[in-house]
Amino acid sequence: MTTTLSSRNRDSGPVDIHEELYGAQLPSWAAKAVIGAGVLIGLALYLLGVNLVLAALVVFVVSLALPAWSVAVEGRRKATDRLVTVLVTSSFVLAMFPLVSILYTVISNGARVLSAEFFTYSMRNVVGEGGGIYHATIGTLLITGGAAVISIPIGLFAAIYLVEYADGNRLSRWIRFLVDVMTGIPSIVAGLFAYALFVLFFGEGVRLGVGGSVALAVLMIPVVVRSTEEMLKLVPNELREASYALGVPKWRTVAKVVLPTALAGIVTGITLAVARVIGETAPLLIIAGMTDSVNFNLFDGRMATLPVFTYSSVRSPGIPPEFSIDRAWGAALTLLVIVMLLNLVARLVSYFFSPKGER
Amino acid sequence: MTSTLEPSRKGSAVVRPGDRIFAGLSTGAGLAILVVLAGVAAFLTIEGIPGITASPDEVKSGKAFLPFVWPLVYGTLLAAVIALLIAVPVAIGVALFISHYSPRRLGQLLGYLVDLLAAVPSVVYGLWGIQFLAPNMAPAYKWLEDNLGFIPFFAGPAASGGRTILTVSIVLAVMILPIMTAICREIFLQTPRLHEEAALALGATRWEMARLAIFPYARSGIVSAAMLGLGRALGETLAVAMVLSVGVGSTVTANLISNDNPNTIAANIALIFPEASGLTVNALIASGLVLFVITFLVNFAARAIVDRRKEFSGAN
Amino acid sequence: MAKSIDVSDLNIYYGDFLAVEDVTIPIAAKSVTAFIGPSGCGKSTFLRSLNRMHEVIRGARVEGKVLIDGQDLYGSDMDPVNVRRMIGMVFQRPNPFPTMSIYDNVLAGQKLNSKRMKKAESDDIVERSLRSAGLWAEVKDRLDRPGSGLSGGQQQRLCIARAISVEPEVLLMDEPCSALDPISTSVIEDLIHELKTQYTIVIVTHNMQQAARVSDETAFFNLSGVGKPGRLIEVGRTETIFSNPQDPATEAYIQGRFG
Repeated sequence: MTTTLSSRNRDSGPVDIHEELYGAQLPSWAAKAVIGAGVLIGLALYLLGVNLVLAALVVFVVSLALPAWSVAVEGRRKATDRLVTVLVTSSFVLAMFPLVSILYTVISNGARVLSAEFFTYSMRNVVGEGGGIYHATIGTLLITGGAAVISIPIGLFAAIYLVEYADGNRLSRWIRFLVDVMTGIPSIVAGLFAYALFVLFFGEGVRLGVGGSVALAVLMIPVVVRSTEEMLKLVPNELREASYALGVPKWRTVAKVVLPTALAGIVTGITLAVARVIGETAPLLIIAGMTDSVNFNLFDGRMATLPVFTYSSVRSPGIPPEFSIDRAWGAALTLLVIVMLLNLVARLVSYFFSPKGER
Repeated sequence: MTSTLEPSRKGSAVVRPGDRIFAGLSTGAGLAILVVLAGVAAFLTIEGIPGITASPDEVKSGKAFLPFVWPLVYGTLLAAVIALLIAVPVAIGVALFISHYSPRRLGQLLGYLVDLLAAVPSVVYGLWGIQFLAPNMAPAYKWLEDNLGFIPFFAGPAASGGRTILTVSIVLAVMILPIMTAICREIFLQTPRLHEEAALALGATRWEMARLAIFPYARSGIVSAAMLGLGRALGETLAVAMVLSVGVGSTVTANLISNDNPNTIAANIALIFPEASGLTVNALIASGLVLFVITFLVNFAARAIVDRRKEFSGAN
Repeated sequence: MAKSIDVSDLNIYYGDFLAVEDVTIPIAAKSVTAFIGPSGCGKSTFLRSLNRMHEVIRGARVEGKVLIDGQDLYGSDMDPVNVRRMIGMVFQRPNPFPTMSIYDNVLAGQKLNSKRMKKAESDDIVERSLRSAGLWAEVKDRLDRPGSGLSGGQQQRLCIARAISVEPEVLLMDEPCSALDPISTSVIEDLIHELKTQYTIVIVTHNMQQAARVSDETAFFNLSGVGKPGRLIEVGRTETIFSNPQDPATEAYIQGRFG
């Protein structure tokens, strides 16, 4: 059976349709075979004691045999396609590499440090072994809580203003622009701002927990505004109209129809914002400082936090250094677990509490 | 008789107290944001100016402001730009993998995995960088010095601890990867299906489809993702402060693999500030102001690109 | 308790754009008045001006008078919120509140205004409204389920129940069946027949058979040209409009020659 499907073939005469559809093609197992061989070789090398990175590189190089083989059989177009597929896939594997590596190092180094003592003792009067992160955990919770107390009302109401009241006026365009600018403020600059603010009232060298809250709030507000704004925009206008048509004033409509409908999304956004700032180190290093003792008062003196504790344990470990480094890993693991839990909570909230039938 | 109404917001003569309070609160919150940002600019300037005008013998660095800040600006830009060069191709690859190469359902899960990278606190990156990455990179630097030493970037002497600006850039690249991937992924997914199908119907391979339909559509989005990533990398503090081994004389050098590195603005503040006093503090705040301006410009450029895209593409 | 509406010389603007021009129409109490006309002729806009819902859009304003039992809706001291409590509305697409149960949806008008009620009283209102909306039998066992779980036609009847639970004088319906299937549509049409014994009903519809089936009076709106404002062409008894229209444009529209 012959055919003249394409003009190219018309010139060169009739062509077998089977040849046209199936010819010049690698067998379907080709990709699996080549990648499988690569992984096996890499694994063998790794087991023989070759560096992991080098072994991964070998897997990658072997995978390139696939496009090479393809050039020989299928021609340049398909070979390019296969090459790109290999590259794109390896870029993903490459991106997963640091994630796995970070999780592995932090968990393996941090887990052996964790103990009841580690969570319930501060570093007061501890030299060398022992001590814990009680003071830093308290500090992190208090300072982050303070930041949330400052930024959630401002962020929430600013978003309500942008979506429900502003109607695209000039002020709202300015606020949107400035929220964008705030999103880009480097965290250390937020710390300097808090310092520059409090130094006016308390004089040089001021260190206050609440300063940390202010700095974190500066970082948190734009995230809260942005996510809340997006969520409020998702609330269908029909619901607002339905409420107005029942003779409900605007503010009650916003408070009792719009906000509850968007609530799950807003909570998710706020949780993610908290997760983002709870790991911030730089601003707290500047304004909250570091101490070895427990401090429950945001308004009185230095306050230790988990990130700063981790940093300073590595920075000035004392002698012998290994105990301090170990505590740094433990604090890092604790922090990582808190952040991951917050992320998980955020996802669960949005998954379970979004109004059904909406999304 | 005709009763004429003003536009709706003044429409009714009756204004409920509840409405007034609520509108007032919201507007107040909006204004608070203006005030906060004005405050950031104002307080940094007030506290920064004495640092700019301070004479060299009054500050710890022993230099006037410009010679003090210039190597820091150089180091900041160098580390961030290299990080960007590493991260952009990987981010595009990862985004493309998630949006078009992996199965749809798996894609979302893989997206979460990449997002997890964004959740890791920077101090953890720093710890990982100094304890894991730097030692593991050291042999590679030795190799680069031995084999590619004729290129100025790899002139050496290679840092035996691996705490070089290149290591820092790799850490920064990993840190900015999630945000860039997330933006690219969104844009790739928004590619009009019709364009993709048109390309496929012409007998294009998957890669040709990407080149024909996805990249032209996503180009400006990729650029703005890169700019946002750059902004993040410029401002990153702790990972740099922990990993980088800083040269004694605040060197300005192209050498990427030695122990003698220029510091970045943010890391320098983190290192010096806790023990600083007097005008040194003001000089550091002034350098922070410089960083603020740089990141502002970068983010502003990113925004301008996004806005222009909106105008031309007609999408969203 | 139903009231009549008298509209005289009403112009509706969006900013500087005149959307609807010079409408004068009496709407009788306890009757169904249908607005028909081609898309964009301003019939929905006009409907929304009857309970001041058009003011939700920025820059909207009216000139002219809308009297309900002699009271001017646009009087200087009239609160649009009170107007809307008196004149209820049902929308094109069913829009029950997704965060509320069926029970709470019916009581939304009271709950959102934080009106305190005894349980017996609110139970009574819910049952009465759902019965009037012809939905009671279908949902009485699942009043605590979310309203968004109902079918489209049930949701629309839930919205009708919600609108009548605050005991309005007038019920405005903006193409209430356009998003529904034929069976749900006929259920709603039957419901309109029953409701008109208690309420003044104004309905906008694209469907001329529907107008002919449900309404006592029909008003035909049309555009005088592209970019020109919509106008009321003629209004009269439904039988008259459909059998013997005065205006050639009405006749052309009814015979399906345009629109």
